[in-house]
Amino acid sequence: MAILDSKVPSGPLADKWTKHKNDIDLVNPANKRNIDIIVVGTGLAGGSAAATLAELGYNVKTFCYQDSPRRAHSIAAQGGINAAKNYQGDGDSNYRLFYDTVKGGDYRSREANVYRLAEVSGNIIDQCVAQGVPFAREYGGLLDNRSFGGVLVSRTFYAKGQTGQQLLLGAYAAMNRQINRGKILPFNRHEMLDLVLVEGKARGIIARNMVTGEIERHSAHAVVLATGGYGNVFFLSTNAMGSNVMASWRAHRRGAFFANPCYTQIHPTCIPVSGDHQSKLTLMSESLRNDGRIWVPKRLEDAQAIREGSLKPTQLKEEDRDYYLERRYPAFGNLVPRDVASRAAKERCDAGFGVNKTGEAVYLDFAAAIMRYGTEKALTSGMKDADKNTIRQLGEEVIEEKYGNLFQMYEKIVDENPYKTPMKIYPAVHYTMGGLWVDYNLQTTIPGCYCAGEANFSDHGANRLGASALMQGLADGYFVLPYTIGDYLSDDIRTGPISTDLPEFEAVEKDVRERIEKLMSGSGTYTVDHYHKKLGKIMWNKCGMSRNAKELQEAIDEISALRADFWENVKIPGSSDSKNQELEKAGRVADFLELGELFAKDALNRNESCGGHFREEYQTPEGEALRDDKNFKYVSAWEYKGEPKDAVLHKEALTYENIELKTRSYK
Amino acid sequence: MKLNLKIWRQKDAKSKGQMITYPLNGVDGDMSFLEMLDILNEDLVNKGEEPVEFDHDCREGICGTCSLQINGEPHGPDRLVTTCQLHMRKFNDGDTIIIEPFRAKAFPVIKDLVVDRSSFDRIQQAGGFISVNTSGNTVDANAIPIEKHVADKAMDAATCIGCGACVAACKNASAMLFTSAKVSQFALLPQGQVEAADRVQHMVRQMDLEGFGNCTNTGACEVECPKGISLENIARMNREYLSANIKG
Repeated sequence: MAILDSKVPSGPLADKWTKHKNDIDLVNPANKRNIDIIVVGTGLAGGSAAATLAELGYNVKTFCYQDSPRRAHSIAAQGGINAAKNYQGDGDSNYRLFYDTVKGGDYRSREANVYRLAEVSGNIIDQCVAQGVPFAREYGGLLDNRSFGGVLVSRTFYAKGQTGQQLLLGAYAAMNRQINRGKILPFNRHEMLDLVLVEGKARGIIARNMVTGEIERHSAHAVVLATGGYGNVFFLSTNAMGSNVMASWRAHRRGAFFANPCYTQIHPTCIPVSGDHQSKLTLMSESLRNDGRIWVPKRLEDAQAIREGSLKPTQLKEEDRDYYLERRYPAFGNLVPRDVASRAAKERCDAGFGVNKTGEAVYLDFAAAIMRYGTEKALTSGMKDADKNTIRQLGEEVIEEKYGNLFQMYEKIVDENPYKTPMKIYPAVHYTMGGLWVDYNLQTTIPGCYCAGEANFSDHGANRLGASALMQGLADGYFVLPYTIGDYLSDDIRTGPISTDLPEFEAVEKDVRERIEKLMSGSGTYTVDHYHKKLGKIMWNKCGMSRNAKELQEAIDEISALRADFWENVKIPGSSDSKNQELEKAGRVADFLELGELFAKDALNRNESCGGHFREEYQTPEGEALRDDKNFKYVSAWEYKGEPKDAVLHKEALTYENIELKTRSYK
Repeated sequence: MKLNLKIWRQKDAKSKGQMITYPLNGVDGDMSFLEMLDILNEDLVNKGEEPVEFDHDCREGICGTCSLQINGEPHGPDRLVTTCQLHMRKFNDGDTIIIEPFRAKAFPVIKDLVVDRSSFDRIQQAGGFISVNTSGNTVDANAIPIEKHVADKAMDAATCIGCGACVAACKNASAMLFTSAKVSQFALLPQGQVEAADRVQHMVRQMDLEGFGNCTNTGACEVECPKGISLENIARMNREYLSANIKG
């Protein structure tokens, strides 16, 4: 399809990025001062992009719905960030990181993008250390690493269980430096409601000041969307309450193709759902799988006794436990990729081995790690024959140092001490690999509209490996987008300021106002959350960890009906010209109700299983995902044509020249 | 359990606010405090009333958005948690719970329980950064070894989530704990030392301009801080400030 030009540079894989940087046009520093860029979203991708663009000399305006850029949901990323530094000397390299990422993504990502990601990964760590990010260190003063799922090397850098926080605060600090210089103008508590195109190019946005309710026009020579993922389409997810798809979806409606919406990551280690009142799910970092062993009872009657509370997990003997990941995947064990671990947990729970009241939980057990670390600590502390209790205590201290904040969070939520009794975990929606389609330059199908971080589709294929989201966000923001956008903006040096009085701004503002009015004039029967929860149930039951054609079709019909009902009957109290949290939620849910349908349509179209997309009809006799490379080795990019059901599919064929297509095996 | 909620309602920054009482049934111990408020709001919306506005986002204790003063304490009676991680099992059936916004001159109320904490952003903008370009052309990350205990201390300071509990807890509405956490993080690391003197002076000046009060060492901030930021940081900032001023 000619319509999707990925613009991947020619030449050998390892030289593409360097060659591209040498080939693209630059904007001279004096001219950069005359060019404005809007960045929507201030997480890792948006924050780092805004800081770097401002530093290069562009005039940047940032927008975020939070009260401060520092609160974007990147902050909640726990485990770490990958980089091919090979500090551990365990054979890591750019190629290996590239290979692991493509394989982990089940061969559904674009080779050239992934290689570039691996190539700049080392720079990210250098950059962050220079910014004062306090990564964990070893006693010798050098940086420490840990291991994450789907790989056989230790390449993950971390700052306790708060790596996302520290990296985001680094990007926020870089932004602050530019705000202080007057090069970034921040608009916090602002939500982008639409994208404005002038002569086919993205030239601005319409935003709502969430404090005053004012509708504002903002113009620029280019617009960068770095607005995160859409996991909240499931209502319950590990995303922040405010995370939404509005910016991407509005851009989609204006012509940006939406790619692979059905690729969702269900993260294996989250705190299980406890009741109907639950508003969100909490992740327990994948890094815990370094030291935690996942198991369920071997016998159904033991599982039942545990569910009823008559048996404690610590009473169950070693031989009565089924460490099912170690059993099924001896090579990777507890560190298989997320999609594999999630499905395996679901399989055990569906078979009746679940260990909490709802039957939807498995154990993550640290007892063995505590004793192992304790023994080592005792020896290095000069205790030759420490007793068991001392060893356990020392081990708990080591675990606390590594994962203290996670253990504390678990205890606060569940009211159980995970040092003494195994954690209970279950998969939950966590990340969306799909997003706006972008070319190698991170430009969407709308000229001048760029997309970075989780909001785009580019690097993770059908499944993202742990500690790669932070890497991608910062790679896009610090090292890729600031250069590639210059190639586009080099044509704009004579354009001059874009006026917000243009009829195009007026027209889009009118659309926005009408939409708000329509939302406010629902019959007032049901709350926004009522619809959001209903949508979430449909998504989880029919488009969740495993999918089939019949249920996907049902989901499409149900979501479409729910959307009609929503617009008819939603209830929003208060007025639109002041702070109104219900109106904010309603606008977001309205877009989720469209995206959800496209999601199901995409999943229905993809008659294969790959990564996070598991179709029950397509599996091996052992229950592993069965890819169909002959027919589905492509990116699905959907063009908006009115209703989601009318969306038109465009295919970007994926070619693998540097990596052999294989069935993923972690056995 | 049944609860009696007394909640601060205020239409906007200019209006006068007042406490309104809301009885609430059907609360269970596994709910978080904010999920309890969700139920109240769902009831209010169903009745056609405006829900209680409160700030919240990640609901896992790390974004620093939630900000309630509960029974006179920022983030409520539990220790080392934010409001979103406070669970209803810490309360008893029949309790009356008083819920107010964080109170400080530098945190004006926007609506109901939502306050404006942009003063914190401006303190960071005044100097809470290391002036390196984001080009990636820096030295290798392992070129400068940093002693583990120093890196750990910097990390402990950097763990501040900027929620403002320290200010709300302080009788002087001082932002010393918040400001000193960032000053300390950078003062401890070799990368931050180049600009250390300017940084502390600029940040302290901005803190004063915003109308935050002085520190009188009562230590309430440390007690209420959901991330356990230590008072040591304030001492370190005072030393940094003093030496920066002596050096001129």
